[in-house]
Amino acid sequence: MTDKTMSADQAVARLESGMTLGIGGWGARRKPMALVRALLRTEVTDLTVVSYGGPDVGLLAAAGRIRKLVTAFVTLDSIPLEPHYRAVRESGAIELTEVDEAMFMWGLHAAANRLPFLPVRAGLGSDVLGADRGLRTVTSPYADPSTGVREEFVAMPALRLDAALVHMNRADRLGNGQYLGPDPYFDDLFCEAADAAYVSCERIVDTADLIKEAAPQTLLLQRSSVTGVVETPNGAHFTSCAPDYGRDEAFQKLYATTGHAEFAERFLSGDEHAYQRAVQAWRKEGTP
Amino acid sequence: MRTTRAEYCVIACAEAWRGDGEVLASPMGLIPSIAARLARRTFSPDLLLTDGEAMLVGPDGTPEGWLPYRRHLTAVTGGRRHVMMGASQIDRFGNQNISRIGDRERPARQLLGVRGAPVNTLNNPTSYWIPKHSPRVFVERVDMVCGVGYDRAAAAGPSAARFHRLPRVVTDLAVLDFATPDRSMRLASVHPGVTVDEVRAATGFALTVPDEVPATREPTDRELELIREVIDPTGARDREVPPAGRGGR
Repeated sequence: MTDKTMSADQAVARLESGMTLGIGGWGARRKPMALVRALLRTEVTDLTVVSYGGPDVGLLAAAGRIRKLVTAFVTLDSIPLEPHYRAVRESGAIELTEVDEAMFMWGLHAAANRLPFLPVRAGLGSDVLGADRGLRTVTSPYADPSTGVREEFVAMPALRLDAALVHMNRADRLGNGQYLGPDPYFDDLFCEAADAAYVSCERIVDTADLIKEAAPQTLLLQRSSVTGVVETPNGAHFTSCAPDYGRDEAFQKLYATTGHAEFAERFLSGDEHAYQRAVQAWRKEGTP
Repeated sequence: MRTTRAEYCVIACAEAWRGDGEVLASPMGLIPSIAARLARRTFSPDLLLTDGEAMLVGPDGTPEGWLPYRRHLTAVTGGRRHVMMGASQIDRFGNQNISRIGDRERPARQLLGVRGAPVNTLNNPTSYWIPKHSPRVFVERVDMVCGVGYDRAAAAGPSAARFHRLPRVVTDLAVLDFATPDRSMRLASVHPGVTVDEVRAATGFALTVPDEVPATREPTDRELELIREVIDPTGARDREVPPAGRGGR
């Protein structure tokens, strides 16, 4: 069977400018940050990013890599507004396709199921619809048994992705991915909606060890929808990766209050090892 | 000790979930969170609550169920939930904005994004909590309709209106609802110590005001004890709504 292990740099080397890129996790929770940092070391740009946005979006937007963003929100959770994303939006530098959290999920479902759209009630009456938004409605072919009405719904288009980046707690070398925290978010759908999916994980383990101490339903990702596996310990930092670690709130605060250029200079000028070392050095500075 | 403004707000928010039965109470913000727990511990014991992540928990934090986002969204679309959201702007028909101030291409202020406001308002009862009632929030016209109000739901047709319901809007000054013939916003009660004129002055559109405006109800002794000693012993509620004379009003 295929050994899909690769380095973060090898994974992002397969991405190209202009691609539609899905990024898993939710807000500042279990984001594939090591892969995002690797992406920032490439020249890849002009991306359409599809994400329940957190600092992944903030970093890529501040670095000028995003042409268009498809999202329902961008937040750092404990810091409600993502300051770097905010600054970029207020400069008018990126195009935004705003969809509701549920519409977003059904867009991924449609893509994963090779459907052009799925009907949703969400969006009707709101400004996510509009003549220039490309969102159409569809009328049910079935009359409601109680009212006789053939209801109209939003036809949420498939969010098909050229590539997806997600972060798991564990994976094996074949691409079977496991989450051990409380919420899978939508990482399986991101992988299934994508032509290629790159999975970073805290630790690569033997296949036989995956469910030694965890229930079978923690096996979120099947290898048939995974292209590459990257071991990146602390790779979701500074977002949370329960139960391996929580969000690094102090570092997130530093990120939120530091200009992008200064942050990048200090933390993103080297590889992932350099990043993790720089974070450790910063932490030591703050310890009396 | 007399009842503080924040405590009246807790009571007014808790009342939103009265009679809801076995549904998920989704409070956004501090005072709604205290309120949902109060309702769960008193008059709405069948409510479901989350720990803010993916677990359903009892009042003492004991996990009783699993509700990751994908299932949470089914609770919304299945109607087994009553959410209390915030609003950066809200208009007289209850259209709500949390996404941006200014235009879409280049907003003056980028806020949270639409989040789940469209799906919430069309599928499960949606109430609002506004910690600072002001004309900047209560506006004639919102910059982006995220949460759908009564006029927009009606205009969007039967599918939009079918499950649409906005039970109440609670602020630091008053409780508002939409119990009017045209479903425009009405002053339902003022918190003790607040005058009707204060509410009018803090509202940027013409509010329907009945001849007699009742006061928001008093908490019971048991409710006050629960708020002060069990649910919010550190008094975090006073930081969201300061007492009158200490930065409050």
